[in-house]
Amino acid sequence: MKIWAIYKKELRLYFTSPVAYIVLTIFLLIAGLFFSAIFQGFARASMQMALQQQMGGRDLNVTDNVIRPLFGNMSVILLLLMPLVTMRLFAEERRSGTMELLLTYPVRDGAVLVGKYLAAFTLYAVMLVGTLAYPAMLAAFARVEWPSLAAGYIGLVLMGALFLAVGLFASSLTENQIVAAVVTFGILLVLWIVGWVADFAGGAAGTALTHLSILEHNDAFAKGVLDTKDIIYFVDLTLLALFLAFRALESRRWSG
Amino acid sequence: MIEVQNLTKHYGSLTAIRDVSFTVAPGEIVGFLGPNGAGKSTTMRILACFLPASSGTARVAGFDVFRGSMEVRKRIGYLPENVPLYTDMRVAPYLDFVAEMKGVARSARKKVVADVMDRALIADVQSRLIRNLSKGYRQRVGLAQALVGDPAVLILDEPTIGLDPAQIAEIRNLIKSLAGDHTVILSTHILPEVSMVCGSVVIINRGAIVAQGPIDRLVEQFFPTSRIEVEVAAPRGAVRDAMKTIPGVVRVEERAASHDGIGRFVVESARGHDVRGEIFQMAAQQKWALLELRRVGMTLEEVFIRILAGEEREAAATTAADAVPEEAS
Repeated sequence: MKIWAIYKKELRLYFTSPVAYIVLTIFLLIAGLFFSAIFQGFARASMQMALQQQMGGRDLNVTDNVIRPLFGNMSVILLLLMPLVTMRLFAEERRSGTMELLLTYPVRDGAVLVGKYLAAFTLYAVMLVGTLAYPAMLAAFARVEWPSLAAGYIGLVLMGALFLAVGLFASSLTENQIVAAVVTFGILLVLWIVGWVADFAGGAAGTALTHLSILEHNDAFAKGVLDTKDIIYFVDLTLLALFLAFRALESRRWSG
Repeated sequence: MIEVQNLTKHYGSLTAIRDVSFTVAPGEIVGFLGPNGAGKSTTMRILACFLPASSGTARVAGFDVFRGSMEVRKRIGYLPENVPLYTDMRVAPYLDFVAEMKGVARSARKKVVADVMDRALIADVQSRLIRNLSKGYRQRVGLAQALVGDPAVLILDEPTIGLDPAQIAEIRNLIKSLAGDHTVILSTHILPEVSMVCGSVVIINRGAIVAQGPIDRLVEQFFPTSRIEVEVAAPRGAVRDAMKTIPGVVRVEERAASHDGIGRFVVESARGHDVRGEIFQMAAQQKWALLELRRVGMTLEEVFIRILAGEEREAAATTAADAVPEEAS
C-alpha cells in the first residue's frame, strides 16, 4: 500500500527528529499545569462542600468542574501547537524539491495526502493518550463520569482532526513553513472567535455564526453531550479542508 | 520510446520552450545539450509528468504524459537537476521507501534495493544519513532511486554534476551499461562526456531545438573539412605557398606567428582527402624538417560552439532588422 509507505515515512520523520518529542513534552507539561491548578481548585471547593454537606449539600460534579475547564484549556493549547505539527508536511517537500520526485512516482495525489494526514493524526493520538493520565489520577479521588469523559475525548479527537486538516491544506499552498503555520493559525482563530462576533451580531446572522464556531461545538462535547450536529460540524469541515488540500496538490499538475 | 511534438511551455509571459519536437528510439542514449536556461530542465520535467505543457504532446513508452500520466510514471526513472532527497533519512530505508512508492513487491524489495546500491556504488554508505553524505554520494543516491524498479526509460538531468573525475567515469560506465534495454535521455554541459556516452544529441538554445541527430553526422554537417596541424622548421611564406598547391587542400591557416623560424599551420582539406602523405613528401623534397603532423578530430564541443555562435549572429541580425523600421519612423 502506498498510503502506508508515505505514512511510515512521515511518522519516522516526526519521531527521528525532535519535533514529536518537543510537541509532546510542551503539550503534556502545559496541560498538566492546568490539570493540577484546576484539580486543586476542585479539591478546595469539594472540602467546603463537604462541610456544608452536613447541612444537606450535594457532591461537586467532576465533569463540570474539572473535565470541562481542563478540555477547554487543552483546546487552546492545541490551537497554538497544531499548526506547528502540520506546517512541514508539504511546505518542506516543496522547498527542498522532493515534491518533484514524490509526484513523479506512480502514486496518486490522494494517497500522498491521506498518508501524511494519518501520520500527523497518529502523533496527535499519542498526545491525547498522554492526557489519559489526568482522569486516571482523578479517578483515585473522585467519581469520574466515564461516558461524559468519553464524549469529551471524542470532541478533542474531532477537533484535532479538523486542526490537522486545515494545517495540511495551508502547508500544501506554500513552500514556507512559517507561512503555512500562520495561515493555519489564522483560519483556526477565525473559526474560534466567530462565536464572539456572533454575540454582537445577534438575530439570524448571530445564530448562523454561532453554528460556525469551533468553541461552541467543542464545549458541547466537553460538557459530556454527544450531538450529531456537533459531530457533523467537525467531520464536514475536516473533509472540506482535506478536499481543498487535494485540489491544491492537483492544481499544480494542470497549471504548472 | 520518447516522442515529443511541438512542445511549448510558458511561465507567465516567459516562454521556456517553443515548438520542441524530437524522438528517441528504444534502447538509445540521447544527450540533451544547451546552455543554462535553454529549456533542458523544463522539457525533462514535462517528460517526467511533473509539469504540464502549455501546448504540444509528449509520449513516453506509448503513453501521453498528461492523459496517461500514471502509466508513464510507472515506466520512468527520473533524476531532477538538484537531486532532491529526504536528507533526514538513511540511504537504505530511503531507497526502500522509493521501491514501495514504485510498487515493488514487498518480497522483492530488499533485493531490488541491494541491487541498485551495488550498481550506483553506494552500498558502503547504506546506513548513513543522507544529510551527512558528500555531494558525489548524494548524486549517486539520486541515480540509485531513478534505477529502482528497473524502469524502461531514464530521464537524467545533469547526472554527473558535482562528481570527481573518477566518479564521473564510474557513472558514465553505469549509464553506458544501460544502453540496449533502457532508453536514456540525459542532459549535461560536459560535452566530451556526451560523445563518450551518447549515440546522438539534441541541442536546444533559447527554448528551441537548433540541431539533432547522431554525433558523427552533426560533426560532418558543421565541419565539412578535415583539419591537420603542421609544424615545419622552414620559412613560413614558402611553406604556406607549397601547401596550397597540394590537391584537396581548401585552406591553409597560419597559427600565431613565432620568431624561432618554425611555421605552424592548420591545413583544411576536403573530407575524406587525407593530405598528410603529400605534406610529408613536400617537406622531404624541400629538405624541411617536419616537426609535427597531426590530424585534428572535430569534437562535439566545436560543433556546439559553432551552432550557438551562428544562433547569436542570427539573433543579432534579426534584432538589427527589427530596429530599422523603428529608426525610420
